[in-house]
Amino acid sequence: MRTIFYIIQKEFIQVFRNKRMLPIIFVLPIIQLLILVNAATFEMKQINMAVVDLDLSGSSRQLTSKFQGSPFYRIISAPFSYDVAMELMQRGDVDVIMQIPYGFEKDLIKEKRTQVQLIVNAINGASAGLINAYSTNIILDFNREVLIEWLNPAEMGGIRRIVTETSYWYNPRLNYTTYMVPGILVLLVTIIALLLSGMNIVREKEIGTIEQINVTPIRKIEFIAGKLIPFWIIALFELAFGLVIGKLFFNIPIEGSLWVIFLSAGVYLFVILGFGLLISTMTNTQQQSMLVSFFFMVVFILMSGLFTAIESMPVWAQRVDLLNPIAYFIKIMRMVMLKGSSFADISNLFYALVLYAVSIISLAIWRYRKVA
Amino acid sequence: MKNAVDVQNLSKNYGDTEALKEISFSVGKGELFGFIGPDGAGKTTLFRILATLLLADSGAATVEGYEVVKDYKKIRQIIGYMPGRFSLYQDLTVEENLRFFATIFGTTIEENYELIKEIYSQIEPFKTRKAGQLSGGMKQKLALSCALIHKPEVLFLDEPTTGVDAVSRQEFWEMLKRLKTMGITIVVSTPYMDEAALCDRVALIQDGSIMQISTPYEVVEAYPMGLFSVTSTDIYQLLHDLQKLPQAHSVFAFGQAAHLSYKKENVTASEVIRFLKETGHEDVHVEEIKPTIEDCFMELMQGSEQANERTSGRADK
Repeated sequence: MRTIFYIIQKEFIQVFRNKRMLPIIFVLPIIQLLILVNAATFEMKQINMAVVDLDLSGSSRQLTSKFQGSPFYRIISAPFSYDVAMELMQRGDVDVIMQIPYGFEKDLIKEKRTQVQLIVNAINGASAGLINAYSTNIILDFNREVLIEWLNPAEMGGIRRIVTETSYWYNPRLNYTTYMVPGILVLLVTIIALLLSGMNIVREKEIGTIEQINVTPIRKIEFIAGKLIPFWIIALFELAFGLVIGKLFFNIPIEGSLWVIFLSAGVYLFVILGFGLLISTMTNTQQQSMLVSFFFMVVFILMSGLFTAIESMPVWAQRVDLLNPIAYFIKIMRMVMLKGSSFADISNLFYALVLYAVSIISLAIWRYRKVA
Repeated sequence: MKNAVDVQNLSKNYGDTEALKEISFSVGKGELFGFIGPDGAGKTTLFRILATLLLADSGAATVEGYEVVKDYKKIRQIIGYMPGRFSLYQDLTVEENLRFFATIFGTTIEENYELIKEIYSQIEPFKTRKAGQLSGGMKQKLALSCALIHKPEVLFLDEPTTGVDAVSRQEFWEMLKRLKTMGITIVVSTPYMDEAALCDRVALIQDGSIMQISTPYEVVEAYPMGLFSVTSTDIYQLLHDLQKLPQAHSVFAFGQAAHLSYKKENVTASEVIRFLKETGHEDVHVEEIKPTIEDCFMELMQGSEQANERTSGRADK
């Protein structure tokens, strides 16, 4: 026991003496939360639009002004030819072109139907979808107004309308930061824990100290525990630090109990530290360890459900994701923080993580050999 | 008396390279035993096997009666190992390193302070300095202190003086002598021939085989040749010309002089001087000298190389 305690103390001395390590531990969470949460947003705050109005009628102007009135749209050009508008899109200046054909108003009155054309820049598929949805909404809105204006009230009475009232549970204002912060917090502790543990034992191999340790009567379990516990503590501290920043700067909701958050985080970190340990037993230099860690981290993060919903992945990918620890923990964090889930609600996910932690640490300990 | 280290027919291969070829030797209790040999002779491999860090392919080895494979846990309690490469924590201070190793051996600095006092007291003024910032000699003293902190019965020192200045090297050997008087068995390897004379017994090792084991005195006594130290103004030409002397057995450069070995009674100093004067050398000095370990080693190496050439020559035919 005294040995473990002393190894832990030694690791802490080394971490805090490392001049590059301290800024990483304190600056990384601030950067990640303050910058990433604000920057990595799917919300379209400003859509640049070009309107090609070939009709130049009252109705076409009314439609255009509806776009103008929206806070999301900025009409930066109103050329009289489609080619000019297309030129703007080629240059990347506009995200969407709306073309109102000649005879728009006339058709609307005479034929009771008419057409507009939307051309959306789909270089970024996600934002193209959003632009399309926003624009369609505005056009539908215009359509409704036209109906009310032109049809006589008697006829109006005969039309039954279904009104959809949408409200968003767990995130009433569809606040993007509320959705992102729990996920970013998970990434934060993952990166810290995986990199620190992945590099640590390899570093001892590189500088040769592992030789000196291996000839001592120290037990394998003591050595590994002494290595993992300091990073476990540091990562939990990071989580606490991140939660404080989230609360102070973004006022993120923490509906569930902190106790459940930290308990899950504690188990989750053993999975990640186990991964790091496994990587460092299989590599010989810090560079190799970094590369392998990055490989796993990128795959895990992209498949974690942080940016894209796991439910919309193909079935095989969802199956692969059963092995993705980040996906489990992001789900737990979102459930507990946004929904206020109790331990009973997340217990399945929690026990899956426990199982994962036990297997990966056993594997790592088995792989770590004192005799070469 | 039981031996401190016993090695029987130990072999180790790395792929096609034979690092150790069936070597056998034993080290008595309290002995200062030296392995002398060039880089790549197999010294480090041997030390790593004895320190239970590496498994041999065949053969047996015991340390204090314990088997290196079966009883490795016991061995780790009673040996001190100092690898050739400085391998303490460079970012921990002198004191933190020592305390760390004391702790993982389940002891404290205070408990065994007597043993390391003489060595550690020299670096104690720098105990708050990081190990990475110490000079080569001080690093060596710290590494030795760490290897001694648990009061080992056998010390394995793999090239402890490589890369250390001459004064520190001398100090280091004096420390080893003192440790010997405390009853600690010391097995040390070195590429420096002059250090061999300081051991009780030396093993000359090359290409994974031990060529000779004896006391330094016996090694020198067994030298079968006569030896001249020859100097002149042009050392390069001198080496070249001495090869042509019919009675010469071998010629090696030794610093600023050439060592000429010859079959005893075959040639005299004045004959060598005359020969060199005739070939146009000036300022020639020839002096009869006693062989050093290095001369003996060169002789043995040459012998084994010729033997190798003969056997491989035969194989070709």
